[in-house]
Amino acid sequence: MTASETAVAVAAAGIQVALIVVGAPYLAGLMRQVRARMEGRAGAGVGQPMRDLRKLFRKEATRPEGTSVVFAAAPLIMLASAVFLAAVIPFVSTIAAVGGVSDLFAVVAILLLGTVSLALAGLDTGTAFGGIGASREVTIVALVEPTILLAIFALSVRVGSSNLTDIVAGTLASPSQVLSPASLLAAVAFAVVIVAEAGRLPVDNPSTHLELTMIHEAMVLEYSGRDLAMVELAASMRLALLLGLGVNLFAPWGVATSLAPLALLLGIVMLIVKVALVGVALAVIEVFMAKLRLFRVPELLAGSLLFALLAVAASYFLA
Amino acid sequence: MNLIEMGLFLAAGGALLGALAIALVPRRVRPLVGGLVTAGVGVGGVLAGIGGLTGAGAHGGAAWTRIAPGLLPLGEARLSVDALSGVFLLLVGAVAIAAGVYGIGYTADGAGHANPAGSRTTQATVPLFVASMIFVPASASVTTLLVVWELMALTSLVLVLTEHRLRPSVRDAGLWYAGMTHAGLVAIMTGLVVFASGAGGESFDALRAGAAHLSPAARSTVFVLVFIGFGAKAGLVPLHVWLPRAHPEAPSHVSALMSAAMVSLGIYGLIRVGFDLLGGGPRWWGLLVLAIGAVSALFGVLQASVATDLKRLLAYSTTENVGLMAIGIGASGVFAADGNRALAGVLMAAAVLHALNHAAFKTVLFLGAGSVLRATGLRDLDALGGLVRRMPLTTALFGIGALGAAALPPGNGFVSEWVLLQGLIHSIHEGISAAPVVAVSIPVAVGVVALTAGLGVATFVKAFGVGFLAQPRSTAAATATESPMPMRVGMGIAGATCVVLGVAPAVAGGALDRVLNVLPAVRNTAPLADSAVTLRLAGIAGSMSPLLIACGLALSALVVFGVVRRLTGGAPRRVVGVWANGRTERDSRQELTATSFAEPLTRVFDDVLRPEHDIDITPYAESSYLIESVTFRQRVPDRLEAAIYPPLLATLSSWGEWSRRMANGRVHRYLAYGFLGLLGALVVVAVTT
Repeated sequence: MTASETAVAVAAAGIQVALIVVGAPYLAGLMRQVRARMEGRAGAGVGQPMRDLRKLFRKEATRPEGTSVVFAAAPLIMLASAVFLAAVIPFVSTIAAVGGVSDLFAVVAILLLGTVSLALAGLDTGTAFGGIGASREVTIVALVEPTILLAIFALSVRVGSSNLTDIVAGTLASPSQVLSPASLLAAVAFAVVIVAEAGRLPVDNPSTHLELTMIHEAMVLEYSGRDLAMVELAASMRLALLLGLGVNLFAPWGVATSLAPLALLLGIVMLIVKVALVGVALAVIEVFMAKLRLFRVPELLAGSLLFALLAVAASYFLA
Repeated sequence: MNLIEMGLFLAAGGALLGALAIALVPRRVRPLVGGLVTAGVGVGGVLAGIGGLTGAGAHGGAAWTRIAPGLLPLGEARLSVDALSGVFLLLVGAVAIAAGVYGIGYTADGAGHANPAGSRTTQATVPLFVASMIFVPASASVTTLLVVWELMALTSLVLVLTEHRLRPSVRDAGLWYAGMTHAGLVAIMTGLVVFASGAGGESFDALRAGAAHLSPAARSTVFVLVFIGFGAKAGLVPLHVWLPRAHPEAPSHVSALMSAAMVSLGIYGLIRVGFDLLGGGPRWWGLLVLAIGAVSALFGVLQASVATDLKRLLAYSTTENVGLMAIGIGASGVFAADGNRALAGVLMAAAVLHALNHAAFKTVLFLGAGSVLRATGLRDLDALGGLVRRMPLTTALFGIGALGAAALPPGNGFVSEWVLLQGLIHSIHEGISAAPVVAVSIPVAVGVVALTAGLGVATFVKAFGVGFLAQPRSTAAATATESPMPMRVGMGIAGATCVVLGVAPAVAGGALDRVLNVLPAVRNTAPLADSAVTLRLAGIAGSMSPLLIACGLALSALVVFGVVRRLTGGAPRRVVGVWANGRTERDSRQELTATSFAEPLTRVFDDVLRPEHDIDITPYAESSYLIESVTFRQRVPDRLEAAIYPPLLATLSSWGEWSRRMANGRVHRYLAYGFLGLLGALVVVAVTT
């Protein structure tokens, strides 16, 4: 790769980061607006999460007495890991500025790093709510992890690599693979994983403030001002990242395979359109769903684990 | 004198003279002398390890070998160090250095009371224990191996019993440990004796040469027997029962030595006999190791995720990690048997790398747990908490270890799990073996590794979050003080090793390739050969750069921090009261304990764990409806142990009872036994000839 190509690749990574940092709040707003309309409410508008963020960034940050550096560092780690992933996942182009980072296992593990830092912060506050949130979050993570890795396994099989760029490029090269049983099963498993990881219905209700049911909200109760803004931004970015990852793994059309400006532009437009479509679909599905009881969630995740296992088996025996 | 000779000489001489010196010096300076001697023996191990890895003293392809004829009753004492020995020598030595330095502070007498860990016997035994561990990978004949193996078992048993006056549970732990380790020794001895008699010699060279002449049945017998023996030492299920007993009861620097170093010698033995001396075997050997490893990993992490005793949690986590190593070794065996050498090489490298990583993070974790134990006298997570303010360095180092154990980047455990997963994932693409049993077992293995990773995260979020963060839940935790300097240095050494292995695992790449060259099945595969910054696997597509990930995360954090500061001005956070359901004052009784933190997991895995609840409700005397106090106790017993050991022990003791009835002291009965025995022998002779 020549110097100018590296520069373009770095620029593409920068575009991705900007796109996701700015786009994620609007995605959240879009999903809320769709839900509001379908529930017969007017809704606050697509820009409301962005306005909330702006307001929060101006407000004073507080720290409950007796908390440690973990509490202060968690929003930073969460947001930094999301920003880093936004730079390295091949959303717009399959040509990465730095190799060796966009491995799917690494991506999942870095996402997990953000989750863990927030769970530790929840414990650090020393309140019952923070602890319960952390405990529930970690339980769900422990059960989601096998599904996500098995789904990766199934997807890696068809290209012989767990590198994201290879998987995306492989699917672009032979699109019919998407309809193979292994891919479809993996897609179902992955969808459940995205819902669980991003804390959406039916696993967690992102708009709840009822203490008994919340998971994510319970962990962030003590945050305010810029810290809360960072957590909220990171949470919406994680949803955008997961949705983007999902569409690019299973429907990578539009992702640029070269660094030509037009291809990159198409990649950007396609990413926005695809993620928005999937986000709207998710919101529509959420309207018709109630939150599951916490102890029914493992059954849902066990179901998705079964799909992932079947995907792997299918890739072995039908390959 | 090359590095190996120097190192082994330092280890043996240092241990013997050092033990003598420790026995003679006054109590006041004993911790210092003991610690320095142990660290010195460790340095000997590291030197010998480096010598083995760099091929010092090797002549014409043969590894460094020394023979002392007539030193042992049944044959010569024979030492040999090749790269495989070297990596484990390095591991043991490095753990011993950290534990030795740490021991200077840990074994010092507390204010006004004598520390049992500083007793003469214990202090003098530690260097002997380390030296015997160092000579296990250096020994090169059956007799030598068995002698040093038994020395290692005896010295560690003495160390486990250090605090036997304080708690009766120590004696129980010692009994279990002695039983298991000697049952293991019997298995290893039987296996190796069968091997040696078949091969026509007891030196490893003779075994290696004679292995091909053994019948398949004899080879398999040998393999299964040594697998049982080494598996017992490594703590594989179902022979793990001594771990959760012995590790918590031993002094913490000894726990670190046992859990990080001694346990991996079981893995060494398995690799040495299975892959080197026997030269690999049929596919079912690999599948057996894989299956046992998978069960161990899952069972270990599940028990760890619900454990509330910090050191017991770490002990179960050892079972988990040894299970992961066994998965790597087993899968390597499977692919080697199928002729897929590239994959076998990657998986073996993953197993050895994980042994190194596990040693590093488990040393930090046990030393950190010891630091907590020394400061608070507590191992119970339910009573800890809030240590981050009282013991910031211990907390930070424990955090580094926990990050490694939870297999999250940029921790070191992530690297080896990544290599392991890569090896497993490529099993399909790299020319599947047609065997359905492989096609079924490899995905299951991936699922097990994945579930292990998820539960491992839960376990260490609990250990770190509940144990070190939040508010202290007992006065002991609230008044804890940071450990003395030597302990901090000891933990720091291990923590720094974790960071290096986590960020730049490529430093181990070349060494691992040389280790693999010792083993015929994976010779010259060099899976990590061209790894500089990025970890690249030879033969399969897969690359990952822990260094770039760490740098990228740090850079992102810096940018985010800068931008947010710019946007908001970065005013310091105002300290406010915590919101606790409308109350502002906080009660640490409202916090989550380790038990309550793990409650959802306990409930999800209810059928496997089957926790025992005990609720005592005391009503007021006036009315049975008004409750004065409620006591809730939960115990999660080891189900595997309960299912296997009581019936086994009952059988053994009824067998003992029966033999006592047979020998009731009447001479004519013994004469009858002799007569019947002779008759039987004659019948056998008559029938067979």
